[in-house]
Amino acid sequence: MKSPPESLDPTQPAKRGFRMTRRRMVLGGSLIGGAMVVGYTATHPMEVGGAILSGGGPDPEPSAFGSYIRIASDGFVTIVNRQQELGQGIHAGLAAIVAEELDADWDRVKVIDSRSNFRTYGPQGSVGSRSISSNWDLMRNAGAAARSMFVDAAALLWRVPRRLIDVRDGVVSHPGSNRSATFAELLADASRQAPPQQPMLKQTKDYRLIGTDRVRRKDSVPKSTGAQVYTQDVQRPDLLVAMVAHSPRFGGKLARFDPSDARKVKGVIDVFAIETGVAVVAQNSFAARKGRDALRVEWDDSEAEKRSTPDLFRYYHDLAAGRGDVSPSDFAMKGDKPEAPFSGDIFEFAFDFPYLAHAPMETLDCVAAVNGWDVSITSGAHLPIVDQVQAALTARTTPGRVDLEVIPAGGSFGRRGVMSADYVVECVRIAKRTNGRPVKMIWTREDEMMAGYFRPMSHHRLWVQMGHDGFPRRWRVHSVCQPLVPVGPNSQAVEGIEGSPYFSTASTVDGKIFSPSFAVPPSFWRSVGHSHTSFVMEHIIDQLARRAGRDPAAYRRTFYEKAGDKRRLAVLETLCRRSGWGEPMEAGWARGLAIHETYGTLVGQVAELRLDRGKPVVRRVVAVTDCGIAVSPNQIAAQMEGGIGFGLSAALSGSMTLKDGIVQETNFDTYPILRMNEMPAVETHIIASTNRPTGMGEPGVPPIAPAVANALLALTGNPTRSLPLAQASTISNAPGDPA
Amino acid sequence: MPYQLAVNGRTHRIDEDGQTPLLWVLRDTLRLTGTKYGCGIAQCGACTIHVDGQPMRSCSLSLETAAGSQIVTIEAVEGPEAAAVRAAWVKRDVPQCGFCQSGQIMSAVALLRSNGAPTDDDIDRAMSGNICRCATYNRIRAAIHDAAQSSTSQAKTA
Repeated sequence: MKSPPESLDPTQPAKRGFRMTRRRMVLGGSLIGGAMVVGYTATHPMEVGGAILSGGGPDPEPSAFGSYIRIASDGFVTIVNRQQELGQGIHAGLAAIVAEELDADWDRVKVIDSRSNFRTYGPQGSVGSRSISSNWDLMRNAGAAARSMFVDAAALLWRVPRRLIDVRDGVVSHPGSNRSATFAELLADASRQAPPQQPMLKQTKDYRLIGTDRVRRKDSVPKSTGAQVYTQDVQRPDLLVAMVAHSPRFGGKLARFDPSDARKVKGVIDVFAIETGVAVVAQNSFAARKGRDALRVEWDDSEAEKRSTPDLFRYYHDLAAGRGDVSPSDFAMKGDKPEAPFSGDIFEFAFDFPYLAHAPMETLDCVAAVNGWDVSITSGAHLPIVDQVQAALTARTTPGRVDLEVIPAGGSFGRRGVMSADYVVECVRIAKRTNGRPVKMIWTREDEMMAGYFRPMSHHRLWVQMGHDGFPRRWRVHSVCQPLVPVGPNSQAVEGIEGSPYFSTASTVDGKIFSPSFAVPPSFWRSVGHSHTSFVMEHIIDQLARRAGRDPAAYRRTFYEKAGDKRRLAVLETLCRRSGWGEPMEAGWARGLAIHETYGTLVGQVAELRLDRGKPVVRRVVAVTDCGIAVSPNQIAAQMEGGIGFGLSAALSGSMTLKDGIVQETNFDTYPILRMNEMPAVETHIIASTNRPTGMGEPGVPPIAPAVANALLALTGNPTRSLPLAQASTISNAPGDPA
Repeated sequence: MPYQLAVNGRTHRIDEDGQTPLLWVLRDTLRLTGTKYGCGIAQCGACTIHVDGQPMRSCSLSLETAAGSQIVTIEAVEGPEAAAVRAAWVKRDVPQCGFCQSGQIMSAVALLRSNGAPTDDDIDRAMSGNICRCATYNRIRAAIHDAAQSSTSQAKTA
């Protein structure tokens, strides 16, 4: 087929296919998406919700190949990323899944980010490291259906059976007659084919792209040349820049302010109060900053949080001891006699974990314009659906009138995805006052670090009754942690403790969660509850192993065998082999091991550590993961490296503290971030698997802190009772009876 | 009084307060947004540029001070070291979120211009002023070694 492909006329409806009415397009989406989008039908609640939300933004460009695939006349395949690119490389992972089933040429695949669009893409957001697993079927079906359309087109054209047609790297061929055609050449014919209802999916063994190092990021060039546009960089005609003076205390309210000096600053356009403080709107960033500095503001702290961090920890300790004002809820019940007294060989453990800021490199920022009922937003969004709804509530319009353009974020780690959409809402509030002119709101680093939405501080107190064989017979857990969502059980406080394999030798387990609420807002922070619960369980196990005189790896093996956990056993074996576990080390060095499951992905890490003038130095981390099918080994390794760096930074020095209610760490001088000279070498090993893929954005984080603490325990004999390691525990852990 | 500012080989007339940090002149006035704001206190290195060939933090350099110097930003950094660094960055898929990488690259290019074969300790010293919250440090290190090798081999063949 040598003639140039005829151009696709979008005004001419395909006979059968996706390009029809909106409703048909939605139904078509359900066909091509298979099971994952079943329910986008007129009677399903999602469609009703879609009608209210009305999607948001214009419909995506119509495509004969469904909502996720566009193929241009030059043969380039564009894959639409419905997730959010926060650095984790999800754009490439999803594109690789489509390209695998489509048999596209990976070098001729592009990715674009979708706008927030409920009708087409459903509720959009990146949570629980689920972006690969939750799109696995959707992306495979999308790719396979499009491939089938090319096969049908070739079979008709060449009058050969479709089963004899092969597709590879964007070329369709019939080896029997030596005929072949590219996607570009077959595009017009393929576009007219009906997408199959249940496209044939490949067997894992037939993958040519997935699982190989050919799967690479598509954004490395713009991110290595300064060309990548983040929210901070967005330009618009008539764009204004805004900064906001916030209460230094959580729960503080604006009492009065004097804008006169701020108004005198050259470039300042307007100064006004909004719900969260005083907004200064200016022609450029520095004028906004100077204007804000010139404000005189008085805050009403009558209802503000005024406690300091030691006060809060004392309060938490009292709660865990049953001496507080918060009624607990139960979790992790096993056995039927939780009230029976503990007896015999009892160990008690108590841990304190600090507040942590996310501190993404790009501070919080948002671009918004409000024109009557219509709101348009550009943001490196993390939970677009939440941002859209909150923006609509703020502008008193419907979510369907909020057009949210999602662009890559300069990091998030959870901060750009909070349920109140705090910074988006603030930007919309300002944009309501600028007569339709677009506003770019920029938070300084200090704004970002003082605004909360921290990884919540927590206190865990555990009692373990040991059997004569050196294994636990009974566990009791009391966890204190602010809830991250206003309704439902505070399960994030104990995820990673609940269902632990280390309960497998016990006949009785009981736990209580204490969920205090006060004005310091907590939120999701990369790996959420696992960021502290992994430490609790993995560091306790090493201490119990030590008391039992057992090797920590061998000790763990017994629990995993008892739990019948073959995946954990495999990770443990690989980790021991790859890390040289048990082999001698140079004097002054020690190894520590931890294995933790986060959102379905198992990660084991061994850290090699020494002390340099009392300060822990980690030189190397060997990591093993079982994350199901490894879609992109290169990005799995990147997330493991990044997760270790992120977790190690927090373990060594991460701590946000309050003094009289005011955040003390306001920038990188007081909240140090791990730097180049502190980053250990990382080796990542992936367990071969044919299971459905699980995620990798978060699971690399939780094991590193306990691995480091376990290495310290091996080196010094001292357990770690609080993080970060740089701050000696100044909080007394008063011993108590099993409460 | 307007300032004459030489950026990326062109001289601009900037009529702004001399105390304005160069970062905001580059970003807001000249629309050179490859240089990023990350902390404003010279702690993170996201705003690193070259001032007369030296890597400096543009957030902590005033317009008044910078006037009269040759400023180069990520958009225009050129030469064999810059080409080698960019190629190595892409080859290793160094960036994750990418926000710090302009600054990382400016620091890396300056390092290689002064030291064609840096050791790991040299890299630690030159790069520890640049924070990467995604912790891409190991790939940055490897990419700098790659770039050093490729510029050395280029120099040999030239």
